[in-house]
Amino acid sequence: MNAELHKDQSSFGARVRNAWQHGDRLYRLLLTVAALLVMILVIGIGYELWQNSALSRQAFGWKFLITSDWDPALNETFGALPFILGTLITSFIALLAAIPLGIGTAIFLAELAPDWLREPLGFLVELLAAVPSVVYGLWGLFVYIPVFVRPSAEFLNKSLGFLPLFEGPVFGPSRLAAGLLLAIMVFPTITAISRDVFRAIPNSQREAAMAMGATRWEMIYQVLIPYGTSGLLGAIILGLGRALGETIAVTMVIGNNLDLSASLLRPGYTMASIIANEFTEATFDLYLNALIEIGLILFAMTLLINIIARLLIWRVSQRTKAEVRA
Amino acid sequence: MLKFTRSFAFVLVAMSVLLAACGAPATPSATEAPVSGTQAPAQPTALPTGSVQITGAGATFPFPLYSRWFYDYAFVDTSVKFNYQSIGSGGGIKQITEKTVDFGASDAILNDDQFKAAPGIQMFPIVAGAEAIVVNLTGDDGKAITTAIKFPYTAVADIYLGKIKQWNDPVLTAANPDIKLPAKDIIVVHRSDGSGTTYIFTDYLSKVSADWKSQVGNSTSVKWPVGLGGKGNEGVYGTVSQNDGAIGYVELAYAVQNKTTLNLLQNKAGEYVTPSAESTQSAINDFGANLGDKLALSIVDGPSKSSYPIAGYTYLLLYMDQQDCIKARKLIEFINWAYGPNGTKDATDLLYVPLPDAVKQQVFAKLAQVTCQGKPLGN
Repeated sequence: MNAELHKDQSSFGARVRNAWQHGDRLYRLLLTVAALLVMILVIGIGYELWQNSALSRQAFGWKFLITSDWDPALNETFGALPFILGTLITSFIALLAAIPLGIGTAIFLAELAPDWLREPLGFLVELLAAVPSVVYGLWGLFVYIPVFVRPSAEFLNKSLGFLPLFEGPVFGPSRLAAGLLLAIMVFPTITAISRDVFRAIPNSQREAAMAMGATRWEMIYQVLIPYGTSGLLGAIILGLGRALGETIAVTMVIGNNLDLSASLLRPGYTMASIIANEFTEATFDLYLNALIEIGLILFAMTLLINIIARLLIWRVSQRTKAEVRA
Repeated sequence: MLKFTRSFAFVLVAMSVLLAACGAPATPSATEAPVSGTQAPAQPTALPTGSVQITGAGATFPFPLYSRWFYDYAFVDTSVKFNYQSIGSGGGIKQITEKTVDFGASDAILNDDQFKAAPGIQMFPIVAGAEAIVVNLTGDDGKAITTAIKFPYTAVADIYLGKIKQWNDPVLTAANPDIKLPAKDIIVVHRSDGSGTTYIFTDYLSKVSADWKSQVGNSTSVKWPVGLGGKGNEGVYGTVSQNDGAIGYVELAYAVQNKTTLNLLQNKAGEYVTPSAESTQSAINDFGANLGDKLALSIVDGPSKSSYPIAGYTYLLLYMDQQDCIKARKLIEFINWAYGPNGTKDATDLLYVPLPDAVKQQVFAKLAQVTCQGKPLGN
């Protein structure tokens, strides 16, 4: 009898019937396809970018990454260095400003805000995240730069102008302007996720800290932040992703100049901006290929940063797990 | 050839189809036609509304005009529906070369390679536009200088080359004895996006300055020796208006709409000329007597006294031998209408410069030669 049952279960037709009867397998299949689609998309995008940048890769090789000549008119030579640096610098400024602001706001929203303020403020933060980037760009160009960025830049130039980082002359559109605008754009992302991270921390952690005689401040800095580190890092990575890829708003405020000086107050250029600026009017194949190669570099860079971030989060979460257990 | 481009184009096509579906004017009826004067040409067999779909792609500069024309023309001939994607001249040239659209549009003149890639293609100048030099400058007395500044023949080129660095440069002060130009740095602003506007502007700079021609060149985007890049007319204008001492170039229509001072440029004949429809038409006439077979010609730096030096045509791109005869006939009818009184009025309303008659005659002669599958279109 036992053997018969076994035989029945293993008969192919019966197994298929069983599996499909309740739709479980179908459901599972659908979800698997959806998940696979993501992988296919990533690989497909990478493949297309690689294929379509062939001409430029052949013509310039690795030199493309370290030369700064971008001349579609006369010599038809292309180099990506100013764009790579511009993207890294503006994203760095953005994170530098947005991390303390974002995590600070998240702490306030999750731990300190009175109830009547918590919801409206949280709503406003989410609203900020939903503003289209072209609106940020226009606002940046016509309001943010003249009212805030330019005076700050002039102050920095006057007080710290001896550093190459703050060398003049001061223009409105600059790397600083792009970085600070990006800061506003990534701030809601970091805030919203960090707030959820803090809210997800079990109350027992807070109670335990309080019971040990910790002040509120000590509880936040010595218990909540270490406990939530991996989540907070995740929030920052998402913010960084937006900063790296942001196109239109940055294009409108960065000044779009191949300048390679160290000064943050000078105009710069980012990878996303050059593609947005020149793709539509790229009239010959090598030009188009060079722009696509920039896309490839941006793609690879984003991938690399995400991998590093994953590793970081993984290490941190291993560590905190150990600490929490200890 | 380029899969990426093609799939990108496909997305654009899909999007514009959606947009067109949303934004199409309510089916117009002949009785409420706002455009008077032109009657729908009598058709032997009346085609149903919207049954002929004509697609085009290309330059952004004439897009407002084309939209207005398509809207008005929908009242003239209800059977045709136009669908134009303003994706830029480069994209327009590419799409018409690959024949994914019925007509292309470009501000730039096709180069030899591009002509070779699309055998049988013809450029038709549609309207012209001029570009204004805009300046934001505060004098030593703290007041903004609103008098039009005179720029000698090569001054703009030298400013964009970085040779003239200050507003009180002797070249500028000598030409502007009435204005007290301050000792301020000139902040050069240019377009950051590839554009026909830049093509025409660098065409002008190449004509007036040998240094510009040999060091920078003429294209939809170039390697600028100095300056800040702003995206679009609004980006250039915004950057100029925020930087004391800034200079930039924008389309004339944009400058007029913003009521900014129109500065004077010295032309080839040595006169200082303000940008306007008249001074642009004068430039067209300088070159217009013989456009040649290409019907495409640079009209910057015109020789006569009244010509404004920074101007250019915007073109439609068509194949001289069409494949779809109904579409071809409808398209030619539309182009003829656009050159006619109603089309011209639309153009003038939107601050474009219509073609003078001498040029139109040459265009009409060429249009009459368009064939379909080797046979004349007839009428």
